[in-house]
Amino acid sequence: MLKKLWQFTKNYKRFLLVCPLLMIGEVLMETLIPLLMGKIVDVGIAESNLGYVLKTGGLMMLMSLCSLAFGAGAARFSAVGGAGFAKQLRKALFDKVQTFSFYNIDRFSTASLVTRMTTDVNNAQNMVMLCSRMLFRAPFMLVIATILAARINGELVMIFFVAVPVLAVTIGFAMSKAHPRFTAMLKKYDALNASVQENLIAIRVVKAFVRSDYEKEKFDKSVDDVREMQLKAEKLIVVMMPIMQMIVYLCICAVLWFGGNKIVQGTMLTGELISFISYVTQILMSLMMLSMLLLNLVLSRASIGRIVEVLDEVPDIQNGANALDTIPDGSIDFDDVYFSYKKGSENYILSDVNLHIKPGETIGILGGTGSAKSTLVQLIPRLYDVSRGSVRVGVHDVREYDIEALRDAVAMVLQKNVLFSGTIRDNLRWGDKDATQEEIEAACRAAQAHDFIMSFPNGYDTDLGQGGVNVSGGQKQRLCIARALLKHPKVVILDDSTSAVDTATDASIRRALHEEFSHITTLIIAQRVASVMDADKIIILDEGRIADMGTHDELMARSAIYREIYTSQMKGAEA
Amino acid sequence: MPGPGPRMAMGKPQNAKKTISRILSYLRPYRARLVLVAAGILLSALAGVAGTYMLRPILNEYIVPFAATGSAELGGFAAMIAALLAIYALGALASYMYSRLMLTISTGALSSIRKDLFNHMEDLPIRYFDTHTHGELMSRYTNDTDTLRELLSQGLPQTFSSLITVLATMVMMIVLSPVLMLIVIASLLLILFLIKTIGGKSKKYFAGQQKSVGAVNGYIEEMIEGQKVVKVFNHEEEAKARFAELNDQLCKQVTGANTFASILMPIMSNLSHIHYAVTAATGAAMILGGHLDIGSLTSFLQYTRSFFNPITQLSQQFNSILMALAGAERIFDVIDTPVETDDGYVELVNAKRLPDGSLTETDEHTRLWAWRHPHAADGSVTYTELKGDVVFDHVTFGYVPEKTVLHDVSLYARPGEKIAFVGSTGAGKTTITNLVNRFYDLTDGKIRYDGINIEKIKKPDLRRSLAMVLQDTHLFTGTVRENIRYGRLDATDAEVEAAAKLANAHFFIEHLPQGYDTVLTADGANLSQGQRQLIAIARAAVADPPVLILDEATSSIDTHTEALIEKGMDSLMAGRTVFVISHRLSTVRNAQAIMVLENGRIIERGTHDDLIAQKGRYYQLYTGAFELS
Repeated sequence: MLKKLWQFTKNYKRFLLVCPLLMIGEVLMETLIPLLMGKIVDVGIAESNLGYVLKTGGLMMLMSLCSLAFGAGAARFSAVGGAGFAKQLRKALFDKVQTFSFYNIDRFSTASLVTRMTTDVNNAQNMVMLCSRMLFRAPFMLVIATILAARINGELVMIFFVAVPVLAVTIGFAMSKAHPRFTAMLKKYDALNASVQENLIAIRVVKAFVRSDYEKEKFDKSVDDVREMQLKAEKLIVVMMPIMQMIVYLCICAVLWFGGNKIVQGTMLTGELISFISYVTQILMSLMMLSMLLLNLVLSRASIGRIVEVLDEVPDIQNGANALDTIPDGSIDFDDVYFSYKKGSENYILSDVNLHIKPGETIGILGGTGSAKSTLVQLIPRLYDVSRGSVRVGVHDVREYDIEALRDAVAMVLQKNVLFSGTIRDNLRWGDKDATQEEIEAACRAAQAHDFIMSFPNGYDTDLGQGGVNVSGGQKQRLCIARALLKHPKVVILDDSTSAVDTATDASIRRALHEEFSHITTLIIAQRVASVMDADKIIILDEGRIADMGTHDELMARSAIYREIYTSQMKGAEA
Repeated sequence: MPGPGPRMAMGKPQNAKKTISRILSYLRPYRARLVLVAAGILLSALAGVAGTYMLRPILNEYIVPFAATGSAELGGFAAMIAALLAIYALGALASYMYSRLMLTISTGALSSIRKDLFNHMEDLPIRYFDTHTHGELMSRYTNDTDTLRELLSQGLPQTFSSLITVLATMVMMIVLSPVLMLIVIASLLLILFLIKTIGGKSKKYFAGQQKSVGAVNGYIEEMIEGQKVVKVFNHEEEAKARFAELNDQLCKQVTGANTFASILMPIMSNLSHIHYAVTAATGAAMILGGHLDIGSLTSFLQYTRSFFNPITQLSQQFNSILMALAGAERIFDVIDTPVETDDGYVELVNAKRLPDGSLTETDEHTRLWAWRHPHAADGSVTYTELKGDVVFDHVTFGYVPEKTVLHDVSLYARPGEKIAFVGSTGAGKTTITNLVNRFYDLTDGKIRYDGINIEKIKKPDLRRSLAMVLQDTHLFTGTVRENIRYGRLDATDAEVEAAAKLANAHFFIEHLPQGYDTVLTADGANLSQGQRQLIAIARAAVADPPVLILDEATSSIDTHTEALIEKGMDSLMAGRTVFVISHRLSTVRNAQAIMVLENGRIIERGTHDDLIAQKGRYYQLYTGAFELS
C-alpha cells in the first residue's frame, strides 16, 4: 500500500530523501552536545582549565548552529516534499476519476469520492511530512545515543537493553489494542455525521411528521455511543503515557544508582554520568515520539487504504486499438443486446433487445419504473458496455469508436442532470467551447430557454451558482437540452428531460427539434404519452424487454399496455 | 453535499470572553472533577520540576564527594534516589489521574455540546435551512467540534501545565543561579521575538492556504457531483486542466504555510541548544571561579531543557486556541439562533362524543380527534371536531419581503374534498402547501383550519393532523419498516404492512433481500426513485391524518404503476381533504376543484369539466398535451 503511494513522490523525492539525512545531522549534533558537556565537567572543571571550558562551549554553540541549519532545512524540505506529494496524489486521484466509467462512478458514492480527495489526501500529506522528519530521527537517535553512551560506559548501557524492549512491548501492546478501538470509534463517528447530514437534507420531512423529538432521541443515543467508544479507545493512550514516563524515570534512577556506585569504584567520572543521564532522556523521549508517530500512522492507514482503492479501480470502458474517430451517420442498431449492471451476472436488466433506428428518426420510449429505459439509452454513447450482443451507431459497433468521438456525436441529456457554477454562457459552452452567440441563441431558442434567459437582468451572463441553484427545475432542464444541442450531435437522447417542464413548453421543444434539427436522430424517454405519441416509432419497454414497437396508431391497435397507459393519461380528454 | 469554502473556515473569535464563559458553562457539571484535574496538573508539573532539582543534592552531596574521596555513604545515596523515584512516581500517577479525568470531562462536555447543537437545529425554522448550506451546518458538527475537542482534551490541560512548569522552573532557576537566569531571560526575549516575527509572516500563508483549500475542495465537489455530465460531454481534459491549475496554486500555498508551521520547532529546540551551550560554558566558568557547584549547574542545565519546550508549546497552542474559540463561537451562533416560534395554544386531543352529541376529551384511542380550544377570557374550553376543513382567506406571501410569491389567494376545501393545483414551475403551487403546515408564516391574510386560525394551533398538533408526500422523497437510514413507521411511531407491524399494501409498495418490499427489514442507506439509494416514492406514500398512509398533501408525489412513478396504485391512492384519499400538486393533468382530473395558478395568482378554478368548458388556460394546458397528436 505504502509502495503504491511512494510513486507520487516523484519530482519531490530528493526533498523527501534529503530530509532524513538532515535529520541525521541534527541528531548527531544533538547527541554530541551532552558528550561535550561531560568533557567540560571532567576536563575543564576538574582541571580548572577555563580556556578548555570556553573552547568547548564555543564548539557546542557552533554545533547548535549547525543543528539549527539542519533542522530548519529539514522542515523546509519536508514541507516542499509533503505538499508536492499531496499535489501529485490529488491530481492522480482527480485524473483517475476522470477515466471512470459510469460503472466505476456507481461503485463509489460521490460523497465518499470527495472525502477521499480532500480529507484523506490531507491525512496522507501529514503522514509523509511527519515520516520524512521523524520516522528516521528516532531510530538514529537511539543508535547514536546508545553508541555514545556505550563508549562512556559499556556496563551502564545495559540498562537501555532492559528498558528499550520493555518500552517497545508496552507501546506495541497498547497500539495493537488501540487500533481496533480507534477504528470502531471512527466508524461510529462517521455514522453520527451521516445522521446529521440526513437530517439536514430531510428537515422538511422531520418537521412535517413532527418527528424532531424522535430524531433528537436517536441522535442523543448516537452521541453517547461515540463517547463510549472514544473513552474506550483513548483510555489506553491515557494509561500508556504515564507508564512510558515511569520507565524513563526508572532508567534515570537506575543510571544514578549504578553510576554513583561506579564513581565510588572509580570506573566512571561525574561528567560522564551527567552526559549519560542526558542520553537516557534523549533516547527514551525519541522512542515516545516514535510511538506517537506509529499511532498516527495507524490512524492514517484507513485514509491511505481509501485512496489506494480509488487508484486501483480499473476503468472498465477504454478505447480499443485503432479506434475510429468519425461516426458516419446517426443510425442506431441493437443486436441481441443483454445487459446487467453486475458483471458476470445472468440477472439481466435488459434482455434480447433488437432495435434498428434510421438516421433522423424520432423514437419515443415508454415503460414502467424499473423497465430499464435509461439503461437502454445509456448503452448508445457507451456509458456502459453490453453484457452480450452489440450496439452499433452508424454501422460500427460502439466499442470500435474512439470514446470521445462517439460521445461528441451522441448527445445525452441525463435524467439527473447538473449545471456547474459559472454563467449560463459558460455552461452552454460545455457543448461547444467555440460556439458563437448566434449558435448559442439558436440552441436556446430550440430548447425554449432563450426567453427566460433574456428575462434575467444579466441574460446569458447570469451567474448560476453552484449546482445551478439560481434557476428553477424546469429552466434547468431546458438549459441542459440547449447545452446538448450545442454539441452538433448526430444523435440526441432526452432521458426524461422535460419532466419539470409544462406540457405546452414540452411540446414546443419537440416541435423545434423536429423542425430545426430534423437530421438528428432523436430518442425521447418520457412519462407522458403526449411527449412521444408523434414519434416515428414508439418502443414499449417492459421489465427490460421490448414489449412492442410501432407508431401511435399501430400500438393503439395492438398493444394492450400502450392503450392502458394512453387511456389512463388521456381519459376524459375527448369529452 | 456541502458547498465549497466554509468547510475549512478559520478566523478569529469575535467575542472570546463570552465564548469562553459559554464553554465553561458546559464544564460546570464537572466542577469537582476539574478541581482534581487542576490539582493533578499542578502536582505532575511540580513533580517534574522537583525531580530535576533533586539532581543537585544527589550530585553535590553524594556523587561529587564520591568522585573526590572514592568512598561512599551508600545508605543515604539510596534513600535520595528512592525519594527521587517517589517524586517521579507521584508525578506520573498525578498525570494519569488528570488525563483520565480530563478524558471523561472533555468527552462529556463535547457530547452535551453536540446534543445541544443538534436538538437546537431540529427546532430551527425552515427559513434557516433555506439560507444556510448543508456544508456550512455540517462543518459545525465536524471541523468546529473537532477543534473544540482538541482544545478541551489537550489544549487546556497542556496550556495550564506548561504555564505551571514555566513558572516553577523560573523560580527554581532563580534559586539555583540568578546570574545564569540572566542568560535565560536574554534567550527568552530572542525566542519571543522570533515567534512573533515568524507568526506574523506565516499568517499571510495560512490565509492563502485556506483560500486555496476552499477553491480546490469546491471544485472537487462540483466536478465529482457532476461526473456523469463531465463524461457525457467529454469534458475530462478541461476539468483536469482547471484542476491542475487550482492544485498547483494550493501546493504553493501549502508549502509556504507548512514551512512556517514546521520550522518553528527546530528553531526553538536548537536555540535552546545554543542557550544550553552558553549556559554550560558560563556555568563551568563560574564553578571555576567558585561561584557555582556542579550539582546546581546540572540541575540548571536540565531546567533549561524543560523551560523552552513548554514555551514553544504555549506559542503553538495559542493559534489552536484561537481557532477552537472561533469554531465554538460558530457552534454557539447556531445554538443562539431563535427557534421556530409557536404561539399556538389550540391542541389536538383524542375525543369522544357524549350522548348529547357534544365532544369531550378522552384518553381512549377513539380515532376521533378534536381541537381543544381554551379561552383565556373566561377559562372555558371548547372542543371542535377535526374534520379537515381548510380555508385560505386573502393570503399573500413572499419568501423574501421584496418578492411576493402568492398574491391574494382565497380558496376553501371542504372535508373530504380533493383540491388540485396546476400551473407551471414557479407559479407558487408548493408554496401553498408550505403555508398550510406553517413552514412559513403569512405576510398577509389568514388560513383557517376547521374554522380556527392556524396561527392559534400548536405547530406540532397542526402538522400531526396533516401528512405530506413531498416532491423530493427523503428516507432515513434504517429498515423499510422503520421508514414507513416514521408516519406513526406506535403503528403495529400489521398496520405498517397494511399501509404498504395501500400504496402498492408491499409487493416490491417483499422482494427485497430482507423484506421489511431491509436496511436502506444513504437516502434510500438502493431503491429506485419510484420505489422510494411508494415508501413515502406508505409513510403518509400509516400516519392516517384527516388532511393529505401530495406535492408531485407520483411524478417519479410511471403512469402504469400510478394506475396500479390509483386504487390504493383512492382509498387513501377517501374521506380526507387532499391537496394535490401535479404536472400530470391526468392525476388531477377527478378533483372537486382545480386551481390554476399563474405567477402566484389563482387565475381559474372549477371542476375539470367546468374548466374545459371555460376554454381558458386549463383548456390550453390540457389540449397542449394533445396538440401534436
